[in-house]
Amino acid sequence: MTGELSVAMQPGRSAISGLLRRLPEQLMIWVPLLLAAGHIVSFALWTIWISFTPSTLVPVSGWVGLRNYTAVLATRNWQIAFNNLLLFGSTFVLLSLVTGLLLAILLDQRIRGENVLRSIFLYPLAVSFVVTGTVWSWLLNPGLGIEKLVHDLGWISFRFDWLIDRDMAIWTIVIAAVWQSSGFAMALFLAGLRSVDNELIKAAQIDGAGPVRMYRRVILPTLWPITITVVVIQLQFAISTFDLVRALTNGGPGIATQLPALVVYDLMFQRGLLGRGAAAAVLMLLILLAVLLPYAAWRFVKRRQAGHA
Amino acid sequence: MSALTVRDLTKKFGPVEVLKGIDLEIGTGEFIVLVGPSGCGKSTLLNIIAGLERQSSGMIEIGGRVVNDVAPKDRDIAMVFQSYALYPSMTVRQNITFGMECRHEPKSKQDAAVADVARLLQIERLLGRKPSQLSGGQRQRVAIGRALVRNPLLFLFDEPLSNLDAKLRVEMRMEIKRLHQRIGATIVYVTHDQIEAMTMATRIAVMHRGQVQQFADPDTVYRYPANLFVARFMGSPPMNTMRARLEAGNGGPVAVIGAGRPDEVRIHLQRYDAAASFVDREVVFGIRPECIAESSRMFTGAAPIIVSAPVEMVEPTGAETIVLLRLGGEAAMARITPDLRPTPGACADFALDTRRICLFDPETERLIT
Repeated sequence: MTGELSVAMQPGRSAISGLLRRLPEQLMIWVPLLLAAGHIVSFALWTIWISFTPSTLVPVSGWVGLRNYTAVLATRNWQIAFNNLLLFGSTFVLLSLVTGLLLAILLDQRIRGENVLRSIFLYPLAVSFVVTGTVWSWLLNPGLGIEKLVHDLGWISFRFDWLIDRDMAIWTIVIAAVWQSSGFAMALFLAGLRSVDNELIKAAQIDGAGPVRMYRRVILPTLWPITITVVVIQLQFAISTFDLVRALTNGGPGIATQLPALVVYDLMFQRGLLGRGAAAAVLMLLILLAVLLPYAAWRFVKRRQAGHA
Repeated sequence: MSALTVRDLTKKFGPVEVLKGIDLEIGTGEFIVLVGPSGCGKSTLLNIIAGLERQSSGMIEIGGRVVNDVAPKDRDIAMVFQSYALYPSMTVRQNITFGMECRHEPKSKQDAAVADVARLLQIERLLGRKPSQLSGGQRQRVAIGRALVRNPLLFLFDEPLSNLDAKLRVEMRMEIKRLHQRIGATIVYVTHDQIEAMTMATRIAVMHRGQVQQFADPDTVYRYPANLFVARFMGSPPMNTMRARLEAGNGGPVAVIGAGRPDEVRIHLQRYDAAASFVDREVVFGIRPECIAESSRMFTGAAPIIVSAPVEMVEPTGAETIVLLRLGGEAAMARITPDLRPTPGACADFALDTRRICLFDPETERLIT
């Protein structure tokens, strides 16, 4: 103890001993960070490089410019996947947002059994997407699930066959995804509702705001930052959705519920077109950046404003 | 007319009794300060008056109307909060008009009301801004404006100045007092700061453990504290209280501090007839720090008693010197002229103003005289 102290007292040596003492924490931070960053960045770069090569079954060097990209963009598979992504992404995010907010508002009424209900609503998040997809594929299967149940109850003319309907199948994915993740939105919104300054609510009560006006004008406006966070998280989930669709419809009927991640998988591992698959993956990355960069910019501006205030 | 009457009000949170029978009668135009340490129930009382919380029993009357079961918005009150509670997404103007918007008052009336209040509080320039763009003092002004625009029977203030820095607090304190004098509103104001209570109130209700200890004008509360709690809570530094023995003497009783000790202090009390029944008994002797001064001080009206006492510590504040000394072995604070700095450890002479000494019953802790 005294030895350590005397070493620390000596100028020059103290810097080194200080570094040594902080070494474990430095290692804890930097090694995982570098490994993770190295993996993500290096493989992303590698994929980008592959997307410019004529690679098919195995990676080969060479340069084909944007040929893989134009080829992917021209396929009907990708076009359907992209349209589906727009439809699925927007409706899924909107619906899970609305459902989550509604659940949160209902739970916020200081009801009995709140903890139990909260766990129930949050539970789907703990289930893997493959399981969600499989269960919903049974539920929505006309011969096994809801339609069969209603038929057995005696309503013979009831039809609920979206799963095998080319135009409606994409909505089954929306349903399953909303079921899975609206609990997550609810949890964030509930935390937001609970952190609203109590005095703000009292002030609005004295001002005479009814429940609707209270939520619309006073409480919900304070939830903007949370809403944006939820939208971004859900959007990036929507863009990278793979396992849910794979288990629920596998892109079918036909290619009606194709999504970009499925196209990438299909090109790379089923058709053996590594170059084109990589190009599709890079396109997905670009879509993701289109969502994340504005978010990062918004955060940056917010922080600058907060710093100035 | 009585603006607010509270009768036998109690509040229980489960088994905990937070308010134990509060009675208050407040006239129109009064500035009432509810003061007490944290947890004394003053904020709960204010919330119950506002209708934000429900009393367990008792009655509340605002402007002659029983409001026990009336919603906050229909009680004709306005409230200013500690955190200001400005609606963050609305501009200052919208904050001020929100109440009128809820009551569906016409736009022209809203505009006129905002213009009046903004002129009164000098916040015209701020009307288009959001609360996040305002300083603490400006937010406080807007919060007051939001209350003023309602023109209610009763204003409620819940520790409105405690989030401001010391300098701004003094400014806003004066401003609120000036505002009260100008518009003659009835105000119930909650604070834990006894200086705010002393400076602003027409009457102070000192609260402790869910009960009103004393409800009187500031001078009475200061000079004749109803009990030891009030004596020790009001004033900074607070009243010196020490055990003493009362003995019979010529023309009045004599209080002996530290009886039997070599350094016992004998203080002859005049006009303390009410204490006659305590002769030869223990009392608690209370003397304000400003009634102990340097020996050359002349108190108006009476010749001071000079005592010699050991000095323990000296705290110069600039405007005065606060001296911690021992009177018959008991600690006491004195406020002496700033020019003097007695040496700690040595003895010094002090003048005692005996006209404003308080005696308390050690058992009930109530003021005897």
